[in-house]
Amino acid sequence: MPLASGSLKAQLRRAERMRKLRAFALVLPLLLFLIVTFVVPILDMLRLAVVDRDLAAVWPHVAQSIGTWTDRSKAPPPPVFEALATDIRDSYRARTLPLAARRLNYAIDDGRTLVFGTARRLPETSPDWRGTLIEIDPHWGDLKTWAAIDQASGPLTSFFLLAAVDRQKTADGHIVSTPSGQAIYVEVLTRTFKVSITVTLLCVVLGFPVAYLLATQPPRRANLLMILVLLPFWTSLLVRTAAWIVLLQEQGIINHALIWLGVIDHPVRLIYNRIGVYIAMTHILLPFLILPLYSVMKGIKPSYMLAAKSLGASPTEAFIRVYLPMTLPGVGAGALLVFILALGYYITPALVGGAADQMISYFIAFYTSDSVNWGMASALGTVLLVATLLLYWVYDRLVGISNVKLG
Amino acid sequence: MSVPEPLVSFRRVQKTYDGELLVVKDLNLDIRRGEFLTMLGPSGSGKTTSLMMLAGFEVPTHGEITLAGQSLRDTPPHKRDIGVVFQNYALFPHMTVEENVAFPLAVRRIGKAEQKTRVARALDVVKLGALGSRRPGQLSGGQQQRVALARALVFEPKLVLMDEPLGALDKQLREHMQIEIKHIHDNLGLTVVYVTHDQGEALTMSDRIAVFHEGVVQQLDTPQGLYEQPQNSFVANFIGENNMLGGTLEGVDAGSCRVRLDDGTLIEARSGCANDAGRRVSLSLRPEKIDIEPQGEIANRLRATVKETIYHGDHMRVRLDVLGNDDFTVKMRYRANRVVPKPGDTLSIGFAARDCLALDAPH
Repeated sequence: MPLASGSLKAQLRRAERMRKLRAFALVLPLLLFLIVTFVVPILDMLRLAVVDRDLAAVWPHVAQSIGTWTDRSKAPPPPVFEALATDIRDSYRARTLPLAARRLNYAIDDGRTLVFGTARRLPETSPDWRGTLIEIDPHWGDLKTWAAIDQASGPLTSFFLLAAVDRQKTADGHIVSTPSGQAIYVEVLTRTFKVSITVTLLCVVLGFPVAYLLATQPPRRANLLMILVLLPFWTSLLVRTAAWIVLLQEQGIINHALIWLGVIDHPVRLIYNRIGVYIAMTHILLPFLILPLYSVMKGIKPSYMLAAKSLGASPTEAFIRVYLPMTLPGVGAGALLVFILALGYYITPALVGGAADQMISYFIAFYTSDSVNWGMASALGTVLLVATLLLYWVYDRLVGISNVKLG
Repeated sequence: MSVPEPLVSFRRVQKTYDGELLVVKDLNLDIRRGEFLTMLGPSGSGKTTSLMMLAGFEVPTHGEITLAGQSLRDTPPHKRDIGVVFQNYALFPHMTVEENVAFPLAVRRIGKAEQKTRVARALDVVKLGALGSRRPGQLSGGQQQRVALARALVFEPKLVLMDEPLGALDKQLREHMQIEIKHIHDNLGLTVVYVTHDQGEALTMSDRIAVFHEGVVQQLDTPQGLYEQPQNSFVANFIGENNMLGGTLEGVDAGSCRVRLDDGTLIEARSGCANDAGRRVSLSLRPEKIDIEPQGEIANRLRATVKETIYHGDHMRVRLDVLGNDDFTVKMRYRANRVVPKPGDTLSIGFAARDCLALDAPH
């Protein structure tokens, strides 16, 4: 029977459609799960980093009238002061004043004292709200106070993102560095990357020989070694970190052993500093490097090395020219995995590190659970996400992500 | 004329992996300069182990191997100057074809310019000049095979070893490559040691073949010698097709002998074993040397029952039951007006004394 090519294509499409629908139905639960638990939270985080409605919700009048403040070289016109007085009074009565006070406190030192003090001493009426307010607290005449209110009155703000990179906006809209006493996030971010890179390098240096041993031992012994590598996976992260505290403390096993061996004559500080963070994180992340590297090495047939030797390469040369390049996809995959996991580490540095070893996740956790500053937490998260994506892009450019192999 | 000194010689070489089983037992083998020698045998016969000992990847547990008169005992593989072609080619996937072929030159610290000309020449030899910048993964199996060959030739080694190099190719390509490797061998005057379990391949390519079985060289001979003068029943069965009939040796004189089959028939045969009367022997009969319903004078005749006939185009294979051996095969050429036997027919087969070889019975 002759078939027009159009109908043949239509037939193919029909046949394929059923197959595609079935395949799609199979991945649908996972897709929904990922959207709900991964995509939506990230989008929400990005939203929270720029959306700022706390102040506008409780101080609607001032949020609206601040738009009339055009001459940024002097204080806003009187109606804005009147709107502020109305808002302070209303929110004080409605008991929503703490929300506004907390939001202003992010941007102004002692913002909370300023707001509550004003609310308590605010008269019912005043012919000149501007004079009255400045009399209650001279800060109301300060341009910085008004710039903070302006930037907090939403609905969108760059305040949190700028703060996350130690920048702030002045009253006249210029972006300047945060005074050095208050600037911490750039340093924290740099520290986060520095710790992650160091841990990744330590993992590569320590993990490569282990993976090589695993890949070249006879199966029975390799299985036993593999169990030893995987053992830490079966123990809770918290338990492992706590174990390191026991081992590394000044009166701990390691210090005793080193003194007994005569390497040192008095205990060395191994914990609550950077050394402790490096040791514990490297230990915990090592399997993530070993496993992909092992599976890549397992796929390298011994005949490559034999061939290289028969062609005249010494064992060292064969290793460097033939074996090593073939393991690079595994090293790349393992290193990327370890690095990205290390970036988000929180518990381990918090438990075995000192104050100067806390990574960015610590501050994100602080803002989400201690000070409930979602804007700041989201902004830090966004900065971390952007920095990670940027690094991933650089990595892709240098190594090529298609060269990464998990086995 | 003096016998030229062999290029390679194995002297009383033994190899065991577990201290119990000898994979290679007392190997004595000389490989001549410029010859194509094949180590042929079933898997586990010790042929690959012997090759790996020559390449230096395995160490003999006893005995000595010499290359050009020098003992190889203390020479590591990379200093032996032996090219090896592996079964899976072992091309380095992270290098281009040119880089692969240049590898042996690069590790010998040969100048870039000379590397380039020698790589080009080697790729020309294997007819791959145009594909130098590809990666091995982009090549077909046959092309990869050629690259592996070029890489093993480019540094002009004293000796080239090939470990079942054509095993992964399909039949047609394999036959083509056999001829091509043979031509390269002839043109470049190489000494090649080739390992295979494919007897057809061995017969096609080799100057001499060493038949391995259970760690022992059963026979070292030319292809023709192996086929026509097998020294024992293993070689007779392994090389080409063969029919076996058991019997007892009765009398021997000047190369010919008489064998009493188990049913009492007396067969005239060629003697290929120790000539003591009363010895159990196996008669080796090639399927193409047997006549069905022979006309005229013929030395030996036997009765047979047809079991099966198989059509093969240019000939027909007839499976017969001869004295209880029901796997007795005869190749029957087509001739005009010839009656084709049917299963169940009883007929007579005949063969000349020179086509029937009495060998030691297999243990």
